[in-house]
Amino acid sequence: MYRYDAYDQKIVDDRVSQFRDQTRRYLAGELSEDEFRPLRLQNGLYVQRYAPMLRIAVPYGMLSSDQLRKIADISRHYDRGYAHVSTRQNFQLNWPALVDVPEILAELAQVEMHAIQTSGNCIRNTTTDQFAGVVAGEIEDPRPTCELIRQWSTFHPEFAFLPRKFKIAVNALPEVDRAATQVHDIGVYIVRNGAGEVGYKIMVGGGLGRTPIIGSIIREFLPRQDLIAYLDAVLRVYNLHGRRDNKYKARIKILVKALTPEVFAEQVEAEFKHLQNGPLTVPASEFARLASFFTAPAYETLPAVSAELTEARAKDAVFDNWVHRNVSAHKVPGYAIVTLSLKQVGIAPGDITAEQMEAVADLADRFSFGELRTTHEQNIVLADVKQSELAALYGELKALGFDTANIGFLTNIICCPGGDYCSLANAKSIPIAEAIQRRYQDLEEVYDLGPLDLNISGCMNACGHHHVGHIGILGVDKKGAEFYQVSLGGSSGHDASIGDILGPSFEAEDMAEVIEEILNTYLDLRLPGESFLSTYRRVGIAVFKERVYANAN
Amino acid sequence: MPTLIKNGAIAADTYTRVDAVDGVLSLPAGDVLVSLDTLLAHRDQVLAHSGGKGVQLKSEQFAEQVADVVKELDLIAIEFPAFADGRGYSTAYLLRTRFGFTGELRAVGDIFKDTLFYQARVGFNAFAIRDDKDAAVALKGLADFSEVYHASADQPQPLFLRRAI
Repeated sequence: MYRYDAYDQKIVDDRVSQFRDQTRRYLAGELSEDEFRPLRLQNGLYVQRYAPMLRIAVPYGMLSSDQLRKIADISRHYDRGYAHVSTRQNFQLNWPALVDVPEILAELAQVEMHAIQTSGNCIRNTTTDQFAGVVAGEIEDPRPTCELIRQWSTFHPEFAFLPRKFKIAVNALPEVDRAATQVHDIGVYIVRNGAGEVGYKIMVGGGLGRTPIIGSIIREFLPRQDLIAYLDAVLRVYNLHGRRDNKYKARIKILVKALTPEVFAEQVEAEFKHLQNGPLTVPASEFARLASFFTAPAYETLPAVSAELTEARAKDAVFDNWVHRNVSAHKVPGYAIVTLSLKQVGIAPGDITAEQMEAVADLADRFSFGELRTTHEQNIVLADVKQSELAALYGELKALGFDTANIGFLTNIICCPGGDYCSLANAKSIPIAEAIQRRYQDLEEVYDLGPLDLNISGCMNACGHHHVGHIGILGVDKKGAEFYQVSLGGSSGHDASIGDILGPSFEAEDMAEVIEEILNTYLDLRLPGESFLSTYRRVGIAVFKERVYANAN
Repeated sequence: MPTLIKNGAIAADTYTRVDAVDGVLSLPAGDVLVSLDTLLAHRDQVLAHSGGKGVQLKSEQFAEQVADVVKELDLIAIEFPAFADGRGYSTAYLLRTRFGFTGELRAVGDIFKDTLFYQARVGFNAFAIRDDKDAAVALKGLADFSEVYHASADQPQPLFLRRAI
């Protein structure tokens, strides 16, 4: 993974000093609430329902075991001994005291971490596939590109005060999109052109929130050395022309839609012409430098299928099932990618205690070269595990409660912190997730439902990605009471779609039953082997609507 | 009155803000600062003025609108109605790097310590510090960071080019 040199460290250390001074002046009354807010947000610090919330950046989800230990340590000393994996692959602390935040940032800087631009109207943490670099079929490893974007976007002096937040995702796999790339402000696709050169396809104007939109392609092939100049051009057009009169119409997607993608693309190209072949052109040596941080670890030469694994699977049906569900194919023979499910019933999705973090850090050291990844589905990945050691790892995960074999299935719910923590929320989301998980505890029943993404957001900001869940749940406020709107047919993959709203919203206590009726409708209608999403796309919403509301009446 | 920081030190503001009244522009002796509307309506008069000539752009007015007169102006002031309105950063960058403005580029409005570093990077060399803020404190904001990643008006080479050396 990327390691800081003296430059990176100096920049992060300077940020700590800057924020320490800003916090001191705020507490001394020299900075007003309105002045401090944008400054603290750019350091990931929200003031939430009960306490501040600090969002710690995990660049494109890559984390070392020492970094995870540091977060564990911080959560124990400055918080309540747990943290939360967010849907942008970051970590969140729910209860730090504002006065402690400068010290927390100083501690993070010791392990090359920070909270820079994890909130606010600026360029946020760039995200990518959690299997980056270890999965077969990539055009190339997307992480050097992510790191290039991270450095460009970090403290970019022109784009710190955009009309609204700005999110970039990178995809390198023609077959699969695990980063919800099409619903980002910019989607960067690593592609190969007819001449065999690697470059980028650029999508803009996707986004969730109040007005969910799938992005539009504005450049089919961008030579790789031009990426930074081109991103600068996109952001400059947006910074100057994006709406600032209404925060609900301020995202780039509204500008792209208003201008049309064709006209927006023309404006970007005109701006790009001024920058092309200038000092923003990224030399091959820089790509090589960045790529050198993401080289393969010391893999052993192993058979494609481990005999120990085959034997262990034959002996233990539960282990065999876990391997089937939570372990993914690795591009190196004899290795495997393991997803730790942070979706145990009774625990808020994505939550992890300090003790669990330390245990997982130890497991990363023991089984996966000391590195981990966080996922936008709020889980943790050990990406380089020897197949022969999967059984031993499984035993450890069982003890930690991270063995729920539900990756890709209904109960692997994406869920924002919601009204239990977040001051923006209209409704609680965690209890809804729990009610559904409790209803569907029988894994055989869950598997029978096939691949399913169920996503829950507590408000229109859509941190829980409800629009792109096959089933989406949105918390809404109806005259001061918490209600839930359901949408069907969303998808965050290469076939991205925004879900359709089923109808009037429901009360919290009815939600598990509503979901059950939707799923029973699917079971009654599906063709052999047909997934929920395919069935929905074939039959449409009417029949689901009839069944659910007939029952409700 | 805001306190002016110019070229890294507290300085006197020699400019008088004037605008046309009922279509008539009367310019006092010395340095004058007019709105873009006044400049466009009284272009010849303003450009013939013997003292320093400045124009003040609102945050929604763009660099292109003064592109053909930048060489004749001594000061361009860009308004920040709120510091989180980031348009002025791009306007400044374009004035410096594309339109060749070499005179005083002044940030006015919601300007205080925490805005200075980025503003200096995109090409501002003068800052009208809000009158309720301490200009001596604000001045230190110019030194918030000692290294940067991306290129801008102050440093045309991104770190990836300088690192390679």
